[in-house]
Amino acid sequence: MKTLAPVDVVIVGGGWSGMIMAKEIALRTPLSVLVLERGGPFRGVGSYGEEMDEVDTFIRKRFAENPAVETFTTRATRKDRANPLRQYGALPWMGTGMGGSGDHWGATSPRLMPEALRLASHLRERYGASRLPPDTTIQDLGITWDEIEPYYTRAEEMMGTCGKAGNLKGRRIEGGNIFEGPRSREFPNPPHPMPYGPLLFAKAAKELGYHPFPMPSSTLSRSYVNPDGVGRVGCQYCGHCSGFGCMVGAKASPNFTLLPLLEGRKNFTARTHCQVRRIVHRGGSAVGVTYVDASGMECMQPAETVVLAAWVFNNARLLMLSNIGERYDPVSFRGTLGRNPTYSVHVGLDYFLDKPQNDFMGSGGLGMGIGDFGGDLGADGAARGAFQGGIIFAYQQGDPPVISAFGKIPKGETQRNWGSQWKQAALKWNDRYGTFLNTGNHFAYRQNYLDLDPTYTDRWGDPLLRVTMDWTDAERKQAAYMLEKEVGIAEAMGALAINPHPNAATSGPPLMVDQHSHGGAIMGTSPENSVVNTWLQHWQMSNLWVVGGSALPQGDEHLTLTVMALAYRAADAFVDRYVKRPGALA
Amino acid sequence: MKRREFIELSANGLGGLLIYSLAGKARVVSAREGTVKVPLRFFTEPEARVVIAACERIFPADESGPGATQAGTMVYIDRQLAGPYGSDSHRYTKPPFVPSLPGHGYQGRANPQETYRAGIPTLGADFIALEAPKQDERIAAIEKTHFFQLLRQHTIEGMFCDPMHGGNAGLIGWQMLGYPGPRMSYREQLGRFNGVAYRPKPESLSQILGYPVKPWEDQGQDKG
Repeated sequence: MKTLAPVDVVIVGGGWSGMIMAKEIALRTPLSVLVLERGGPFRGVGSYGEEMDEVDTFIRKRFAENPAVETFTTRATRKDRANPLRQYGALPWMGTGMGGSGDHWGATSPRLMPEALRLASHLRERYGASRLPPDTTIQDLGITWDEIEPYYTRAEEMMGTCGKAGNLKGRRIEGGNIFEGPRSREFPNPPHPMPYGPLLFAKAAKELGYHPFPMPSSTLSRSYVNPDGVGRVGCQYCGHCSGFGCMVGAKASPNFTLLPLLEGRKNFTARTHCQVRRIVHRGGSAVGVTYVDASGMECMQPAETVVLAAWVFNNARLLMLSNIGERYDPVSFRGTLGRNPTYSVHVGLDYFLDKPQNDFMGSGGLGMGIGDFGGDLGADGAARGAFQGGIIFAYQQGDPPVISAFGKIPKGETQRNWGSQWKQAALKWNDRYGTFLNTGNHFAYRQNYLDLDPTYTDRWGDPLLRVTMDWTDAERKQAAYMLEKEVGIAEAMGALAINPHPNAATSGPPLMVDQHSHGGAIMGTSPENSVVNTWLQHWQMSNLWVVGGSALPQGDEHLTLTVMALAYRAADAFVDRYVKRPGALA
Repeated sequence: MKRREFIELSANGLGGLLIYSLAGKARVVSAREGTVKVPLRFFTEPEARVVIAACERIFPADESGPGATQAGTMVYIDRQLAGPYGSDSHRYTKPPFVPSLPGHGYQGRANPQETYRAGIPTLGADFIALEAPKQDERIAAIEKTHFFQLLRQHTIEGMFCDPMHGGNAGLIGWQMLGYPGPRMSYREQLGRFNGVAYRPKPESLSQILGYPVKPWEDQGQDKG
């Protein structure tokens, strides 16, 4: 093993979390910062233009992490055998390369509802612990709305998020999401123009007494220069968005908004094709990481501070492989590492209309939503065992543009999914349907957890991460409740037919983990219930920071903005407090 | 080295105005040319003929528009199978291979090349000689197999892929759908064609960019 020259801060992963930490630390301190990224370098907008190919980029996922290198195993319960997710289709879209998943995301950027920050306390106060699903391990994040709000604003201003405020300093504003927590400022950019389907959705929702608003999107609606002085142009609605890199740089990505501030700085380095395998620690302190470089050589990178910012569940995996912290035991319920993995209960539907949608145009976060069922479902939901919902939204991403969009047909219209009758039905309905989703809160449970797989290994022989997770009645009730509301809106839109998506109410266990999954190394107020404190500093190792979606104790479809806000908050704590006086901040 | 296989196809059946990449070079084949010799990268000539016939039953030419043969879906599939996808360069292939619930996705050992090689004979040695209803019966009998699921998916891909992949010849699939191709901007159109079809003439990625783009299967294997 080759031992390299020490750095002050080594950051594992070049996605949103790692790059927010890198930028804040490198620009505000003299410390040397090294990002180790498992994938390749930023390929550039010219390459992203050439990558507007559905087969290579969207279907084969050529630029995503190669499952032959590493994947996950999943099972429903700890009595089952876990199987590996062998290929895309079953696997979540694992971002890799500089920018991480932040380079191909859809850029939908809602905030959490204030009560979601203290979900466990809120629901117990309102409904009583005995009415909540048995075995749920939801818990409070341990920070207040006033503590996180400035960081939400900072993340939105960095990205140039588009939208319309529905609650400005406590004043409710129709046209925005009136159910959201109070914002200190209006969105940095106005909403996008809206296509046909989302406009019909908004009209129908309003007639039903709901409160439609443009979904917050971090793809620019116009040219914008952010507070760091980084300028980008507005979205072209090319329809190659979620799943693609942006060929004009309109979609917020770490490569567009953070990397340009770091490149060329003496105290910043990014090394790509470097797969970190272990965090090395001695006497209760991290001393660096080991990784395999592009040539296959094992390297030891000494560092004063280690920041773990790998793909969501890989944070927990690296901690397990490095023997840091007590692993969760699903029998005794002891241990915190690997607790609270979540998915999202994003039940949706396809609605069919007699008018063309031009659905090849669009943008990842382009759509209209309602927040009426966006959080606590109230007495009506609770009476049916459904406590938390999600923002229901009709969107037009434009993608997948053709192949993946072909063949949506109202249920029962054809017997076969091939042949002349099927072809004609598919052609008839092509471009005559749209989609709803909801952001789908997902509770954590005692029986759902992460550990290391006893059988399957990655390219280097390290155990894969094993995800044990199943739906409970609570998810089925929540999905049924939300679907009923969605169907009501689709009917009011004059839908000719409605196909509900397979979902928690109808399908088997969520064997496919999701790019929207969270948890495994969660944050909290005590080492008894969490892996990191609310500054995302490891409870047992103060020079180890674990940043990212791994910190969130319960799930929701769109938490990237929250993950970014938490990363900014961690970066401030590091720069303003930790650097001056290293040690535990909580 | 494997003997180079070719298949001779009717240029007329291929839609006439075909922009075809023969041995890597772009070329326009006119219907007057009669037949065109297409080099095969993975299939044998008899396999290719079965795949053409089966694709045509999955996506037939009929009164609603052209079908799989005219789009060249077999050529698309042949190239995909010969490329990184066909040999599982991006699939987790460590044993043990254990059957599971559908949610886990395909758990078998066979890669797409092996699945096709073993699957094509299950349609019967006489498949291409059969009348369409008999061919449909044979396909219905293997409908639930992994091979058929791949063949069906690849047929749709070959109908509507960018023509650089060998399918969607002459942009015939995109014309049928009214899909304009991967255009760089709809900023002027979004919100202005609500409920009204916007259908400019389709263009391929290379036409839009103004220079040839190489698909993955033509570039060899990426670093994994």
